[in-house]
Amino acid sequence: MSTATPAFGVRHFRAEREADWQRLEALLDLVEKKSPKRLTNEDLVELPRLYRATLSALSIARETSLDASMTAYLESLSTRAYFILYGCREPLWRQIGGFFTHGWPAAVRGIFGETLLIAALFFASGLAGYFLVVSDPAWFNALVPGEMANGRDMNATADFLRKSIYDAPEKDGLEIFATVLFTHNSQVSIMAFALGFAFAVPTFFLIASNGVLLGAMYAAFMSKGLGFGFTGWLLIHGSTELLAILLAGAAGLHIGRAVAFPGQRTRMAAAGEAGRRGALVMIGVVIMLLVAGLLEGFARQLITDDFARYAIAATMFAIWTVYFSIANRHA
Amino acid sequence: MPNPPAAKGLKPDYVVRRTRELVTPEGVTLHLRLASAGSRAGAFTIDALIMLVTLIALTVGSIMLLGSIGHASAPLMIWLLGFFLLRNFYFTLFESGTRAATPGKRALKLRVVARDGGRLTGGAILARNLMREVEVFLPLIFLITAQAQGFSNRWLSLIGLGWTAIFVFMPLFNRDRLRAGDLIAGTWVVENERPKIAPDLLAANDRDATDAYAFTPGELEIYGQFEIQRLEDVLHRNDPDTLITVAGVIRRKIGRSDEGGNWNHDRAFLEAYYAATRLHLERRLLFGQRKRDKFDSAG
Repeated sequence: MSTATPAFGVRHFRAEREADWQRLEALLDLVEKKSPKRLTNEDLVELPRLYRATLSALSIARETSLDASMTAYLESLSTRAYFILYGCREPLWRQIGGFFTHGWPAAVRGIFGETLLIAALFFASGLAGYFLVVSDPAWFNALVPGEMANGRDMNATADFLRKSIYDAPEKDGLEIFATVLFTHNSQVSIMAFALGFAFAVPTFFLIASNGVLLGAMYAAFMSKGLGFGFTGWLLIHGSTELLAILLAGAAGLHIGRAVAFPGQRTRMAAAGEAGRRGALVMIGVVIMLLVAGLLEGFARQLITDDFARYAIAATMFAIWTVYFSIANRHA
Repeated sequence: MPNPPAAKGLKPDYVVRRTRELVTPEGVTLHLRLASAGSRAGAFTIDALIMLVTLIALTVGSIMLLGSIGHASAPLMIWLLGFFLLRNFYFTLFESGTRAATPGKRALKLRVVARDGGRLTGGAILARNLMREVEVFLPLIFLITAQAQGFSNRWLSLIGLGWTAIFVFMPLFNRDRLRAGDLIAGTWVVENERPKIAPDLLAANDRDATDAYAFTPGELEIYGQFEIQRLEDVLHRNDPDTLITVAGVIRRKIGRSDEGGNWNHDRAFLEAYYAATRLHLERRLLFGQRKRDKFDSAG
């Protein structure tokens, strides 16, 4: 009588395939808990086959079986395998290599328009700060916080100002100075980037306030005829640092623009694309600020010749612009 | 006949609301379940604690180093760079791994995936985690300045805190539980549960024993998929009280006399009834008739 039961196929469906599922589960455990490198060549051939077998078993089980535990198990197994197979990433060193050969420069080229706009805003607010202080020196104290000016204000003597840009620091501790500069500047840049999400309004504010500050400082030095020296003092690291800060602002603006004006794409798609590109720019910004921190902490304190400072500034600027504009254009 | 449960499918409402479909290139639909706001918050709390403990260890280590070498520069640099890396790259580092999850997410069985089901790029992981600067650290800064500053600045800081609350609580205000970081990275956080496969009840089933009960087709028509899968749960769990209760309910429903009270008899009866009904329903499934639950007359 029992042989008459026509459920032969259904009964044996699971028994026939269960070994495959267990094998797939073991391989996935190996990849997730250890490393994909642990897989042998046979495993690598097996993995996609087992994945497809499991996926097709899932399709059949959904239509023919009422074993809820089996269906749930197959679905979870298929999902895990899907993300291992289709979501796989390149090894870290190749990701890093790819970032320098094309990821970073391409991302920077992708936000060229925003960079120009942020640069224009920065220089416009710099000019505004300069002319405000020139027209009425009282503005200086309003614009520049006391601890930052550190005595370098409109009443300072030309001698004091000259010392501040040419004299070697009394104490050693350049490496701490460089570290502080690097971490602080990076943090501010990351903040400027992240704030871009709020339609870039806080990013604009952050960039403009930095520009005004710089303009006001310029006014203090220019009034004593130290404009040339101050520019050298500033640009030896500034050609890298200011560029990095402008790029961070531009990356923030890029996100803000995508969120506010997504264009033909959905808002989500536009924001996602802008965010991923912006993040690549930001890693670059952190690297640039590391370079700038070293230049500011060491080179600026050790090199006091104006022309040497200008030469370094120009070289750094040339390196960055050439790298960003021509690196791997056709990839 | 009204049958609300059949219309909604076999899963409770709160599960359906968090389920998203992903169609593989092979054309099979997989269901992903989004992490709830509660488990996201839990995972973050664990990560924040780990970061805090690491920071304390870093600080203590730097101070001890300072004590042993008596020179401030190396320990200070280590501390500054360590803090910087911890603050900005803790999450990125862990989510870049194969499991795409920080220790906190692992503990709560969550992982990050790309919303389009594709590759989770390094850029996406960076983007979603750099955003924590406005979601976590900016509110923290406002909170600390509100504590430290004078009256007027305190109000300014509180307004700032209110503004950043928009970012902090953003996951609560959208269907997909997206943070600002998820939004700009094109990612979301899904549950990563691994249900174990339970023993096959049909394989263990003794066919002759089932036939001995001689269930009539009418008796096998009473229940549908939903009930038979609950019965599967009951059999797997194997709790004597539940088995006796369920066996009593089913016997009454199909109109058999209650031999009850004996756990062994009830277990055998339920196993036999489960096997018979499941085979019956699966046979109808092969003919394209799915009886979703006991209210489903269409199947």
